[in-house]
Amino acid sequence: MKLSREEVQRVAVLARLRLTPEEQSSLTEELDRILGYMDKLNQLDTTDVDLFSHTANITNTLREDQVTNRPNADALLANAPDRDGTFFKVPKIIE
Amino acid sequence: MSFAQLTLHEAGAKLRKRELSSVELTEAVFQRIADTDDKVHAYLTLARDAAMEQARGADKELKGSADHAALLGVPIALKDNFLTKGLRTTCASKILGDFMPPYDATTVDRIRSTGAVIVGKTNLDEFAMGSSAENSAFFPTSNPWNLARIPGGSSGGSAAAVAADLCIAALGTDTGGSIRQPAACCGIVGLKPTYGRVSRYGIIAFASSMDQVGPMTKNVRDSALLLEAVAGRDPADSTSADLAVPRYSAMLTGDIKGLRLGIPKEYFVSGMQREVEQAVRAAIGKLEKNGAIIEEISLPHTEYAVAVYYIVATAEASSNLARYDGMRYGHRAAAKDLIETYMISRDEGFGAEVKRRIMLGTYVLSAGYYDAYYLKAQRVRTLIRKDFDAAFKRCDVIVTPTAPTTAFKLGEKTQDPLEMYLSDIYTISINLAGLPALSVPCGFDSEAMPIGMQIIGKHFDEATILRVAHHYEQSTEWHKRKPKLEIQN
Repeated sequence: MKLSREEVQRVAVLARLRLTPEEQSSLTEELDRILGYMDKLNQLDTTDVDLFSHTANITNTLREDQVTNRPNADALLANAPDRDGTFFKVPKIIE
Repeated sequence: MSFAQLTLHEAGAKLRKRELSSVELTEAVFQRIADTDDKVHAYLTLARDAAMEQARGADKELKGSADHAALLGVPIALKDNFLTKGLRTTCASKILGDFMPPYDATTVDRIRSTGAVIVGKTNLDEFAMGSSAENSAFFPTSNPWNLARIPGGSSGGSAAAVAADLCIAALGTDTGGSIRQPAACCGIVGLKPTYGRVSRYGIIAFASSMDQVGPMTKNVRDSALLLEAVAGRDPADSTSADLAVPRYSAMLTGDIKGLRLGIPKEYFVSGMQREVEQAVRAAIGKLEKNGAIIEEISLPHTEYAVAVYYIVATAEASSNLARYDGMRYGHRAAAKDLIETYMISRDEGFGAEVKRRIMLGTYVLSAGYYDAYYLKAQRVRTLIRKDFDAAFKRCDVIVTPTAPTTAFKLGEKTQDPLEMYLSDIYTISINLAGLPALSVPCGFDSEAMPIGMQIIGKHFDEATILRVAHHYEQSTEWHKRKPKLEIQN
């Protein structure tokens, strides 16, 4: 085992995911196996290989900075879990 | 015969000749859905009322003039990761709840502007993460050729809907094989265009350096027609290429004389189903007999593609899916403070595979592991792309199997994520390199399950892979078989 349960829990907090104790166990085992498989990349010497940069080889895509959308607060707020008038209502952020 | 069995090309011709109305055609499709979708489960959401209204509108236009877009009045299905204004969009996840998009994806807007009829939204693996459509938070979809088997994934609902005549054609998305593998499993044609060929604006993001939209159709001509309708530069997607879109459907000349087919030795290895190899080799033999030239080629870094993909794709996914925080839309759990709200909302909203990939992606991007996994994978990705650059100096297209096996049984691989990942072994290199590729039916195994052949092209050379696929299809009868929608043991 390369991956510890504590490490899995640390990553879960970074990812903002609550895990049950069962999920912690199963993910530790599964991720360990998957990461073990990925270690095959270390068979390759990539010292002189460039990082992959862009899939489409498109550079400098520029456009005029013009407003094309119209404000439509109601359409955007229609999906809000909680709202107050034209505001999203969210849990308290600053203690 | 139901009108629902028509291809896009046939339906369009009948509509334009006024032998058939869009209302009749759309009713036939909804009748077919009513009769059979309780067995296939291809659709998550149907848009019957809006579809009938679009059909009536199309019929009015068809009366007005004879010069019409190929899609006018034709019922099309959309994978449920396309944003559709006013039509529920779930991405097969509980975290989106009953999300009602405030705008259309560019591709949806283009489909609507051709006067096509939108039938509904098809099932997928949650957030397009999976190879069997079993990761849907709602229900699995069945393969129309054998209801006890998977339709492939992640665009399993679109593939099954096309195969079972629950639409005339469909759109899907492909990040690692999600159009081509289900197309192979369901015996249809699925095309992943070049990265940059089709706009992704309004597609729910999974892995942004690879996601691409493409057609899933009953034959190759339909694939060309549907690609023409959605391809091209979109100012709202800075990764869409500013290149003219060829009239692909006018380039299906049937001529493959002297065309060089590259056959990569790394794609014909142990572990693949024997009948798949036989069928693909027979298809290659047929193309050679008809005038193509066979070139043995090598793509030496093929065996590293799955590892690279599941590092890069999960890293990008963990970033893209950070937006699901329960604040502005989607599921929000009741909790004592902000952090707990995030953590519980995401726990309750995401399924097991999505969590696994977010965890993996977060891990490979986290301090201490970023160099060893993420940067290493991006360097090997360069090697994979260079393999293709070198190969395409010696050939015009590359031909391989689409998947190592035909459709497996529902539930067969759900307990083993790594084994599930390996079902993408022939498709993911293409996404890593940003190339276009399609899957075309090339036979059936002894259990009557369809087999797909993958044809890979140079960047932005969809025209050539469509031409080869069309030539092959027209010299075979595979595309004429129809599934029975039964359970076979």
